[in-house]
Amino acid sequence: MANPLLKEHVLLRHRDIEDIHKIDVYLAHDGYRALEKGLKEMTPDDVTNVVKASGLRGRGGAGFPTGVKWGFIPKNLNPKYVVVNADESEPGTFKDREIMESNPHQFIEGVILCAYAVGAETCYIYGRGEFWTLFHGRMQEAIDEAYEKGFLGKNIFDTDFSCDMYLHLGAGAYICGEETALLNSLEGLMGQPRSRPPFPAVAGLYAKPTVVNNVETLANVTPIVLHGADWYRQFGTEKSPGTKICSLSGRVNRPGNYEVPLGTPIRYLIEELGGGIIDGKAVKAILPAGASSSNMGADKIDTPMDYESMAAAGGMLGSASFIILDETINAVWAAEKNVKFFKHESCGKCSPCREGTFWLTSVYRKLREGYGTKQDVELIETIINQMEGNCFCLLGEFVVPGVRTSLELFRNEYESLASEENEVDQPQKDLIHTFF
Amino acid sequence: MGWTEKEQQDLEKILKKYPADRKLSAVLPALYLAQREKNWLDDDDIEAVAEALGIETTHVHSIIGFYTLFRKEPVGKYMMEVCTDLPCALRGAEDFFKRLCERMGLGPKGGTTEDNLFTVEEVVCIAACDKAPCMQINLEFFESLTDEQIDEVVAGLRAQASNNGA
Ligand SMILES: Cc1cc2nc3c(=O)[nH]c(=O)nc-3n(C[C@H](O)[C@H](O)[C@H](O)COP(=O)(O)O)c2cc1C
Ligand code: SF4
Ligand code: FES
Repeated sequence: MANPLLKEHVLLRHRDIEDIHKIDVYLAHDGYRALEKGLKEMTPDDVTNVVKASGLRGRGGAGFPTGVKWGFIPKNLNPKYVVVNADESEPGTFKDREIMESNPHQFIEGVILCAYAVGAETCYIYGRGEFWTLFHGRMQEAIDEAYEKGFLGKNIFDTDFSCDMYLHLGAGAYICGEETALLNSLEGLMGQPRSRPPFPAVAGLYAKPTVVNNVETLANVTPIVLHGADWYRQFGTEKSPGTKICSLSGRVNRPGNYEVPLGTPIRYLIEELGGGIIDGKAVKAILPAGASSSNMGADKIDTPMDYESMAAAGGMLGSASFIILDETINAVWAAEKNVKFFKHESCGKCSPCREGTFWLTSVYRKLREGYGTKQDVELIETIINQMEGNCFCLLGEFVVPGVRTSLELFRNEYESLASEENEVDQPQKDLIHTFF
Repeated sequence: MGWTEKEQQDLEKILKKYPADRKLSAVLPALYLAQREKNWLDDDDIEAVAEALGIETTHVHSIIGFYTLFRKEPVGKYMMEVCTDLPCALRGAEDFFKRLCERMGLGPKGGTTEDNLFTVEEVVCIAACDKAPCMQINLEFFESLTDEQIDEVVAGLRAQASNNGA
């Protein structure tokens, strides 16, 4: 599919080159040349340095500079591990799945380069359980092909470097996308987050130095090593270089993944690539990072999609999962959906999140079912105030911005659901019985 | 249950992925293997997994309780997990789910059909939001669905099951 902003895709190359998931096709289009260059012409530090110079930032959500993260791995502690975060469970996110389904070798090549850079000989790719078919099919086939051609296994390109790669599936738990919960899960424990420090770079998988990176992040490494940092920096902005895959969903005509240079305005994504809003309606709110994001009002539609501009506009780029609400959608209903998601996914380890999501769900339901009062609207605020800053991990913190901005922007919708009659008609005792 | 010969081989392959002293890492893959046959885990399955990995059954129970894809209660031969999370709900997934339940003769929250063939359930996002309505049937994706399409899939699975049963 043509994308006027990119002559050729950097990441979604299967849209330009048919069957690139097959290793022969991939090899005919520069496949594994970055790996050969890295192993034969570059030291591990050279690889880390070119990634640093490219300015690549983590695509899993936090946007941390990838090369800097690799630099934290201590040299003298062995073994080391590369663990790839392929958990992709944020509502509205479906980009890593497309990479692995359609352009798996570019991603695998990036993982091997990462292992070489940090001195790891074992890589685990941790995917969500729902990727069962993908991991038993396309991804395993791609890894097998890479072994057959000698890009994995012993003495790759006749160098001293050897590397093994294994697929591992989770089993339905959003929290396992949080990197320390993911490591616990990979060790066979419940997927609950660990306290930090120690950071995974020092004591990660099996208490060994571990790099955790997102699928899309590592898919970027391959072209960076092959073409260099300057080439990469032709895309994007000074502080947010490169391209980004945006998962566009919700009330648009053409939902889907779109790769754009960072800094492209949201309007371009929605109107040009996404074909505008269904039935020509107006945008009501933009959730730029899935369920975890704040609601950005329609007035923010010209915000450039890079890490800095999105944060300055009161949103965040996160994993660039743009969920679009239009004027036909009730804001309370939408916020309730996300609150229910978090209640379902709270791991239960800490009470602000476990209890907070429980009470939020209950109050939202009460409002929606027509039993709410003005105090309930205030209660929502009280609950998120008590959660904010008090949760053990970011999952609980992620609940707050969506609810807070929903209230800020659409308070009238909340208040129109609250009724004074409910205050006299329904003793609280009964309500508690009914709803909680 | 006791592992079949093929399962035993698969188990050995799985264990090779992890360091020899880290067998516990194989608990999720081993549970998938044990659950594959009938879609849920009974006490014998749980014991077999615990034994294979040299761990306590209580740990296996806590793992099953934590991860939603493992089940300790009988379910249908086909798990139909329909996404009704926000992005899909914005494209009609909630109504799609309701209509499906009705046509399957189930209540508004889903459940298992009388013939024990299908369990219909609502799930949160499965990374197919651009292709709503979508679902997984035994972890295989079915996307951009119409009522007619999913009815055809269901009819196909029904026919297949009755052929196998006969
Ligand atoms: C609740 C929660 C869920 C997350 N889910 C994912 C996920 O599905 N995929 C992902 O790559 N990162 C996810 N992250 C971010 C990871 O913790 C981590 O920052 C990331 O994998 C690092 O890789 P990167 O630097 O390449 O982005 C999640 C974080 C939190 C707190
Ligand atoms: S905030 Fe607390 S309860 Fe919520 S997922 Fe994190 S550790 Fe678990
Ligand atoms: S919300 Fe349904 S697949 Fe993502």
